[in-house]
Amino acid sequence: MTAEVERINVVDLHKHYGSLEVLKGVSLQANEGDVISMIGASGSGKSTFLRCINLLELPSAGTIKVSKEEIQFKDKLVGGNKVPKDLRQVERVRQRLAMVFQNFCLWEHMTVLQNVMEAPVHVLGLSKVEAKDKAEALLNRVGMWEKRDVYPSFMSGGQQQRVAIARALAVDPEVMLFDEPTSALDPELVNEVLMVIRDLAEEGRTMVLVTHEMRFARDVSSRVIFLHQGLIDEAGTPEQVFNNPQSERCSAFVNSIN
Amino acid sequence: MQEFFQDVMQQLAFSPPGWGKNLLWGLFTTLQIAFGAYALALLIGIGGMLGKVYGGPVMRLLLEIYTTVIRAVPELIVLLLLYYAGTDLLNYILIKLGYPPADINALLAGILVIGIVQGAFCTEVFRGAVRSIPVGQIEAAQSFGMPFWQRFRRVILPIMIPRALPGLSNLWLITTKDTALLAVIGFSELALTTKQAAGATKSYFLFYIVAALIYLCVTLISNFVLKRIENHYRRGQKKLA
Repeated sequence: MTAEVERINVVDLHKHYGSLEVLKGVSLQANEGDVISMIGASGSGKSTFLRCINLLELPSAGTIKVSKEEIQFKDKLVGGNKVPKDLRQVERVRQRLAMVFQNFCLWEHMTVLQNVMEAPVHVLGLSKVEAKDKAEALLNRVGMWEKRDVYPSFMSGGQQQRVAIARALAVDPEVMLFDEPTSALDPELVNEVLMVIRDLAEEGRTMVLVTHEMRFARDVSSRVIFLHQGLIDEAGTPEQVFNNPQSERCSAFVNSIN
Repeated sequence: MQEFFQDVMQQLAFSPPGWGKNLLWGLFTTLQIAFGAYALALLIGIGGMLGKVYGGPVMRLLLEIYTTVIRAVPELIVLLLLYYAGTDLLNYILIKLGYPPADINALLAGILVIGIVQGAFCTEVFRGAVRSIPVGQIEAAQSFGMPFWQRFRRVILPIMIPRALPGLSNLWLITTKDTALLAVIGFSELALTTKQAAGATKSYFLFYIVAALIYLCVTLISNFVLKRIENHYRRGQKKLA
């Protein structure tokens, strides 16, 4: 058996907004090839946790390692949050991750192709020719090549999200973070996006996925984590969490959704 | 009737006793001030916005004082204050330092004063525009590891500009007309030239109407250009039905 390559290792993450404690000590480890789904009711802290991994939210306590590199924080908290010591390090770590957002968040002033080329050219320093070839290949893969010269606001949500996934893939991320990628979509558009994500899971991409799509989570995940009020209430293989949950809350949640 | 037109043409002729050349020169200086002041205002506006949105508490307080005071006091007062008191202060400092008093270039002073006034309004226009950017688009840039200045240049600025353009267009039109205030410090821009022409010929009606038409033309041409700029920047946005 080959040694596992650690990609993400978060230990005992806390986050509070004023007196409201959203995360009360959540840990997560993801190795190369893992697909980890985080489920739970609204307000359970799953999105906040995901956004702490790439520091879009600053945690109040805990450690975050991406590919064994630990993010360095200053000793003093500011407004109850840990503040990174070195923005360069944060930028470097972010370059290894890529996030897909609930609201797609494509840049509105760029065409589809420009959106996908932006980070490779301007962050990673790829040549435009190289980036364009790669972007077109990725757009082809998510079925959006024909729309490459269209601006995002002229496309459906499902199309925008597929472009957003191509944009994330374009930086060859070590880990992809999905923040409720289908929650803002009309029901008939959910499948086209899930199919793309399933495809990525099957090729062995490392992914952390916050989702409300239970059936999907059960099908693609190597591990499922159920969060409840800022704590991990249940974690394990999809079979364990969905078919044989130990916690009553998890059982109730899973059954109410199905 | 024919006589009337002949008289008008004579008064507007380019060679004396016609005032055409003077009016055109007045327009030229007006535009010089307007362009200079507007460019300065845009620079102040970007800087002021950055300070207000991303700056520390001291920076924010100073900028708040600047935008509040400038926008509260009538522009004429600010103009007279900065021009006369400013010149006085500058010369006082120069003499103290052992230099001869300087003769302030009226054009430069005009650009500076109107630029500083419009800069306060510009700061607020940009601040409103940057605040209206959907935060997710900025977060997306962050999530790819873009450093701040790159994020600003590649994402924030181009998304902000179409949101700022209606306000900026307004400010440009106001700036072109604010130049007329410089008449009170004796600067021969279009308004003062018109007044001189009208006074000398007693053809008040003619010259003030002509001046008004010239300002109108400036506005119409500006509108045409600004519309095109706005269309260009709004290319990624859906039009209202």
